[in-house]
Amino acid sequence: MLLKIEKRPEPARSMVYVTPLLALLLTILTSMALFTFLGVNPLEALENFFILPVNNQYGATELIVKATPLILCAIGLSVGFRANVWNIGAEGQLTLGAIFGGGVFVYFHDVDSVFLLPIMILMGAIGGALWAAIPAFLKTRFNANEILTSLMLVYVAILILSLLVHGPWRDPDGFNFPESRTFSESATMPILMEGTRLHMGTILALLAVFGTWIMLSKSLIGFQVKVIGAAPKAGSYAGFSQKKIIWFCLLFGGAMAGLAGVSEVSGPVGQLLPSISPGYGFTAIIVAFLGRLHPVGIILAGLLMALTYLGGETAQINLGLPVAVTGVFQGMVLFYLLACDVLVNYRFRMAGFSKVAS
Amino acid sequence: MSEFDWIVPVILTVITAATPLVFAGIGELVTEKSGVLNLGVEGMMVVGAVAAFVTATLTQNYFLAVAVAALAGAFMAFLFGILTLSLMANQVATGLALTLFGVGLSALIGQDFVGTPVDAIAKLDIPVLTDLPVIGPILFGQDPLVYLSLVMVAGVSWFLYRTKAGLVLRAVGDSHDAAHSIGYSVIGIRYLAVMFGGAMSGIGGAYLSLAYTPMWAENMTAGRGWIALALIVFATWKPGLVLVGAYMFGGITILQLHAQAAGLDLPSQILSMLPYLATVIVLVLISKDESRIRKHAPACIGKIFHPAA
Amino acid sequence: MKFKPLVSLAGAVAVVGSLLAAGTASAEDKVGFVYVGPVGDHGWTYRHDIGRQAVQNALGDKVKTTFVESVKEGPDSERVIRQMAAQGHKIIFTTSFGFMNPTLKVAKQFPNVKFEHATGYKRSKNVSTYSGRFYEGRYVIGKIAGKMTKSNVIGYVGSFPIPEVVRGINAVALAAKSVNPNIQIKVAWVNTWYDPGKEGDAAKALIDQGADIILQHTDSPAPLQVAESRGVWAVGQASDMHHFAPKAQLTAIIDNWDKYYVERTKAALDGSWKSGDTWAGLKSGMVELSKYNEAIPADVVKLAEETRKGIIDGSIKPFAGPFNKQDGTEAVAAGKELDDGALLGMDWYVEGVQGKLPK
Repeated sequence: MLLKIEKRPEPARSMVYVTPLLALLLTILTSMALFTFLGVNPLEALENFFILPVNNQYGATELIVKATPLILCAIGLSVGFRANVWNIGAEGQLTLGAIFGGGVFVYFHDVDSVFLLPIMILMGAIGGALWAAIPAFLKTRFNANEILTSLMLVYVAILILSLLVHGPWRDPDGFNFPESRTFSESATMPILMEGTRLHMGTILALLAVFGTWIMLSKSLIGFQVKVIGAAPKAGSYAGFSQKKIIWFCLLFGGAMAGLAGVSEVSGPVGQLLPSISPGYGFTAIIVAFLGRLHPVGIILAGLLMALTYLGGETAQINLGLPVAVTGVFQGMVLFYLLACDVLVNYRFRMAGFSKVAS
Repeated sequence: MSEFDWIVPVILTVITAATPLVFAGIGELVTEKSGVLNLGVEGMMVVGAVAAFVTATLTQNYFLAVAVAALAGAFMAFLFGILTLSLMANQVATGLALTLFGVGLSALIGQDFVGTPVDAIAKLDIPVLTDLPVIGPILFGQDPLVYLSLVMVAGVSWFLYRTKAGLVLRAVGDSHDAAHSIGYSVIGIRYLAVMFGGAMSGIGGAYLSLAYTPMWAENMTAGRGWIALALIVFATWKPGLVLVGAYMFGGITILQLHAQAAGLDLPSQILSMLPYLATVIVLVLISKDESRIRKHAPACIGKIFHPAA
Repeated sequence: MKFKPLVSLAGAVAVVGSLLAAGTASAEDKVGFVYVGPVGDHGWTYRHDIGRQAVQNALGDKVKTTFVESVKEGPDSERVIRQMAAQGHKIIFTTSFGFMNPTLKVAKQFPNVKFEHATGYKRSKNVSTYSGRFYEGRYVIGKIAGKMTKSNVIGYVGSFPIPEVVRGINAVALAAKSVNPNIQIKVAWVNTWYDPGKEGDAAKALIDQGADIILQHTDSPAPLQVAESRGVWAVGQASDMHHFAPKAQLTAIIDNWDKYYVERTKAALDGSWKSGDTWAGLKSGMVELSKYNEAIPADVVKLAEETRKGIIDGSIKPFAGPFNKQDGTEAVAAGKELDDGALLGMDWYVEGVQGKLPK
């Protein structure tokens, strides 16, 4: 092998900023080939994916609307991932957040009070945390792997929502169609910018990101999370309770996903439906790692991920590209971003012919 | 032959429902045993499904179709390997990206093949034996891929625990630094394990599009890759238990449909939850023995290996 | 306010973007379609896309049809619909029930754009609704099924227990019972519109429980394939699926949106479009039955055709009394029939159907 990958003595700061640009460059080059192959003008295609969706104020706010639940879920998951707690069930926790938060409205729909929305938001966070408490309990008490339990509970959560909106929570004036009443003014997230869908959930997301940043850098529990993640043994020597960390990570991740759920149903969706999330809880896992588990990184990764979805829709409308192309394109963008990350911690070196790298 | 008549068809249904999960599960188990977590099973399966379908439609050669599906799955896994093994990208994120990519790619490849049927893979038909009551159709009336799935489970079990190569693979998964210092190529072995996993997922996909429901439709795996991933955890990384888990999951899915058809007075949503809840409950029951899990779970799973580190 | 910097950043991007974006305007009028599934689902969405192609073929270079597929119900649909409206589409078809409220919201902001929402019940000045009376087709199928079954058990693969699906089950039950009083309908809900494997498994379970005719209200041809391999009868859904089950398919219910889409698009372009509600069945051709299987005896074909023609000329009403609810109490008295409102919200079974609906 001529090329050898060598670990840098310490992560290269400059590469943190250079690698996304490199990834972008590689994406552009490859997609030129891809789009030419598909018979589409590559420049036009890239414009549709990256520029047209956000070249107006409304589009830009939509980007933020789409990124909000991704960022909320991802910031919650990132804490767990740092401590090697593999909660991959944010989608289910989001659903329970929507059920708990939306359920408040279903039962108190005639209450017109400024306290209604705050209670819904609180219940949403509690709902998500409770759903995540199940894997936490099963992990700490019975040693059951949280990858499986949290994933299985996603399917159960979606079926619970289905049961409720097909049954007791149906809109009584809705001809028995599976959806709840539409939320009243006092149960709806205030709009931040007139004429758009930008809602208060985005502020919640930013507060969550900021709070997580402070927690990780300043608080004892944040310190413990980082130590256990980096060196589990050191953590236990230091007397940190592994169980406590597991509980904390899952409850926190669940609460954030629950917040995302309630802010979707009382924000852009405006009622409970059988499907309230196009897989935000799963996409957020990518967002968390793409953002290198860092609060700022997660915001940027969430916006980028959201942009690829918006771009996919725009490309479908303007160029007639099937949604399948969006998937391929997204995969490619992510591959490059993830691959280029190698440059942060490693560098390439030309090696001699004599020694073959193993 | 009386009130138990229904048992045979139920078992036959369970076998077809479980077989794609067995393939994907046993492949990913080998991947994980080598210390790599590839969450892209769904993407590899769906690419396998379309590759098999397109090949079968164009050539009518089912052996070739299954082989192409395996190759397609292995190719997807190879992409994953380049990113995570050579370029040391994060495995969880890369696996998820692989699924997005695979679902899109398969839809692109298959768009001209929607709505065209193929014949299902022929089932075994041995005179006398297949006609035996009860055991005949179950033991001697399956399609070749069902037998292959059982052979793979036995083979993987034998390979991991009875051969030196299997020992090396497990060593790589348990302590890559130690394996490296003895002189094994950690990265090379992991490439092979990852690609084996991809090939098996591809065959699992082929089972869907050639045997289970012989057709191609976008996204036809419908989440089975995720179930396969969960089954490995369920099996506490033991090959035989992957088989048990897949048959249990498939079995409960089928029985709840039977319960509905029989008019059981419970909402269908609750019945549909049963396979997922049962998997969780059984996992809880078998997880209590911590030492046993530690014995089989690969210690290095998901961790990045760099030889100079 | 924390969000301000982000918005201004987005604004800056926007300015750069608009500088780069150059003339994409074209002479033809744009017609938009929003789909809930992929066009390759071979079911619901596939049929709507055939309708879109019919519009393109009929109006040629006067229009440009566009579509977005796999738009999830929930937060995404409003953005997609709005984007189409903002880009100057003349008329937009939103083809899933869950797009109802987003369609109305966007329609309010774009009073000059015409909207057509499938299967909903809310309308406004520029939002029409349309759907097929698929139960009429199912009523004909019920007659055939009642005659063809030997076991007197009809299996029904259901997606979700919504009125649309329940109505179809009831139509089959009433028709089948009218020719065969001993009929039983067994239903297996798969809780998805689309999962070929699970749909097939449900069909197998129903056959194992004695069903010798499989009907379905899910999107994939898997239940037909199962019926074919098990040697029982089945009925195709949304499109003619006989190539998946040449022996088993008795007939198929076909959703035919072509005529409606072409008419409405023409009306939107020439200014004659008016908001309204279209719930059309066999008569208009929005619901069709494919060619009957040759194995169906002549007298049964005759009965089916009489039923079909009777529905078309109005002499046969599928939900005319007398008939009972599942528990034996009278649902509709002799000489009366259910009105469209009752049909639209139907959430109860008629006599002969087994199982319970969630309440």
